[in-house]
This record gives sequence, C-alpha cells and structure tokens, in this order.
Amino acid sequence: MIEWRDQGILLGTRRHGETSAIIEVLTETRGLHAGIVRGGAGRRMAPVLQPGAQIDLSWKARLEDHLGTFSVEPVRSRTSVLSDRLLLAGMASVLSLLRFSLPEREAHPALYHGSTRLLDLFQHPDLWPLGYLRWEMDLLDDLGFGLDLSACAVLGTNEPLSYVSPRTGRAVSALGAGDWADRLLPLPDALLGRGTGDTQEVLAGLRVTGHFLTHHLAAGMVQKPLPEARARFIDRLEAKGG
Amino acid sequence: MSSTSEIDALIDLMARLPGLGPRSARRAVLHLIRQRGRLLQPLAGAMAEVAEKARECLNCGNVGTSDICDICTDETRANGQICVVEDVADLWAMERGGAFRGRYHVLGGTLSALDAVGPEDLRIPKLMDRVTAETISEVILALNATVDGQTTAHYIADRLESRVALSSLAQGVPIGGELDYLDDGTISAALSARKRL
Repeated sequence: MIEWRDQGILLGTRRHGETSAIIEVLTETRGLHAGIVRGGAGRRMAPVLQPGAQIDLSWKARLEDHLGTFSVEPVRSRTSVLSDRLLLAGMASVLSLLRFSLPEREAHPALYHGSTRLLDLFQHPDLWPLGYLRWEMDLLDDLGFGLDLSACAVLGTNEPLSYVSPRTGRAVSALGAGDWADRLLPLPDALLGRGTGDTQEVLAGLRVTGHFLTHHLAAGMVQKPLPEARARFIDRLEAKGG
Repeated sequence: MSSTSEIDALIDLMARLPGLGPRSARRAVLHLIRQRGRLLQPLAGAMAEVAEKARECLNCGNVGTSDICDICTDETRANGQICVVEDVADLWAMERGGAFRGRYHVLGGTLSALDAVGPEDLRIPKLMDRVTAETISEVILALNATVDGQTTAHYIADRLESRVALSSLAQGVPIGGELDYLDDGTISAALSARKRL
C-alpha cells in the first residue's frame, strides 16, 4: 500500500456515486492530485469540501497510478468569500486556472505557496487584486511562459520600459520599439512593481497576462479556451473600477 | 438470482434507484411480490401513469403532469415574488416548509467551471423573461451555500439588480445545531449575519 500525507488547496469536487466525492487538490509535494473521499458527498463533509479550502490530506492506494482514496481534515475554510461577488469571482478564477493549466502529479511548490498566500490575501480588499496579477505572472513563469521585464530586448539597457513583445514576453523600451511600437503590448506599471496598483492598472496588467495565458499557455498546451471564470472575474473587476 | 428473468430484470432496475443496491432491491421486490394486490399493482399503475404524464413545467421548470404546473396556475401565488432554486428537489424542500407562498423558478443546475456549465445551459434566460412578463417585485435567490451556488446567485444578481428587488436566504446556525459541531465557515457567516435581540 502506498501512502502519503500533505496539506493542500481544494480545487474542485464532483460527486462519485451516492455517497462519495472525487476531489482535486494542489499540494506542495505532489502538485495537482485527484482522489476519492469516501462519504465526501455526505452532510458532514460538505462544508469541508468547498473549493478553496485548505485541507490536511492522507492519500492511500494499492498502486502509484491508481486514483486512490483521501482522508480529509479541515485546516482553514475560505467560505467567507461566498458573500462577496468580486472575491468569489477572484477565487473561482484562481482555482479554475490552476486546474486548467497544471499537469497532474507534478510538484510546483512555488506556485502552491504563492496560491496559498493569494487566497489568504483575500481578507485584504485593497491588496488582493494586485496580488492576483502577480500570481498570474508567477503562474506563467512557473509553466515556462514567464515575462522577462529585466531589460530592453532590443537595446539591452535599462531604459524606461514601455512595451512587451507579444511573441517572446520580453520588455522593450520606447526607443527600442521605434516603428514597431504599435505591434507591441503596452507595459503597465503594475507589472513592473511600480505605480499605485489601483484597479485600472491591475486591469491593464491582466490584459497582458491574459494575452500570454490565451495565446501561449492555452494554445500550446491543450488548445482549449481559458476557463470562463477568469473572464467573469475581469468583468467584475472592470465593473468595480467603473 | 431469482427463478425468472422478469423478476431479475425488475431487481436490476430497482437496484439503480438512489439509496438501493442489489441486496436491498431484492428485498424490495420480494416485498412487492408478496404484497401484490396491496402494493405491486397500484405501484405499477401509478408508475405507468406518471411515466405517461410527467413533464417539466414550461414556465418554471417544476415537474408536474401538465404543461404549466399547479403552482404556476394558482392565482393566489401570484404575489410578485419568485423564489429561484437549483433543482426540483429544492423546490419540494421549500414547499415542505410551507413558509413561501409565491412562485418558483427552477434553474436546473448551477454554473460550474469544472463541468463546463454556462448560463445558456441553465434556465436563466427564461427567468429574465419572466421578470419582465410577470409583475415581479422581488426575486429570492434560494441557491445552495456552495461556491457554484453562490457564483450562480451573483451572476443572476448582476443581471437583475437594476430591475427588481433581490434577496437571498440567510446563512447560519441551523435549528437544533450546536456550535461545537459547526464548521468555521458557517460560524463566521452566522456571526456576520447576527441580529439584534
């Protein structure tokens, strides 16, 4: 019998038979992992198995490639976001993107810790949208589509950077862009860790990360559109930003 | 294994019902056969009738035996309130409580990123039509207190908040519930929704 124990973020639950549930979790050492929770569809476990929850997991299976069964203990519930439209949309976007983009059973410890920090940041209404933007940059970085904003890709200098190449993800200065400027993506201050980090700046940053999520990550991996939850989150953020 | 294939077929079908397995299906079928006149024949007749007549209400999505269900045709329930529920089972639960005297709207599910269920897969467009066509003063969102349920509630609220009064069911300590046994999410929701005595 193969067994391990870890903590994880619950990404999704679906009913399995009458009483059980199949859950998907993101853990530090095992990455995205699925398993059955016996009694997971019951009344006692339903509040624990809400997406976004931090849970303690014990996994057991006869063979490594079996689906296996989880024993679950609650660590931290994040159901306080349920009553807030923007927070709930933000959390749904995070969970959907993780489930969409990560391969199964491949550890991404930095992304796991970043995701946990972001979900905990949801208690700070002024900070988390900027934290969300940084998290999308980390997601791209972790999966090999990171933006290189260290220097101008054309001149190699640290002149004020104004654009991002939609193809390579490298930053370009206004001088380096020259006549090509209209073919490049504008580089918002929020991506450089500058500016006020207000909603409009975050939205501008999300347009850039959205380009790379759609045209590089999604197109390259599974040829599927990005999860609808991300678009719904951006709609809500735009409505908030007025 | 019974002595005839017809009975085996009945056991197989019964075993597919929620809450029944092969063993309990065998017990139920044996009981029905022993009570043939009192149970089996009336049950068969009732099932045949329901199989022929049962249909979804074209207005609200409730299950009934006519195109428009009894609740939708009852004029005393046209009080300007629509209670939106996820499933027919939720409608029946509300009716058991007997506290609501308006009409219902059954969505037929919730938005779900995991199962790729979008707004067009639910009866949300029909709800928008009803709010316009019927004289509705309040829409009560009685959706489950889950991530998918509340995502759906917020989606509907976004589309209706400028047109009609919106409310949702309270969240908190259930009747007979003990704090020690409640999860922390329920306790924090109950605390947020506390009321002055």
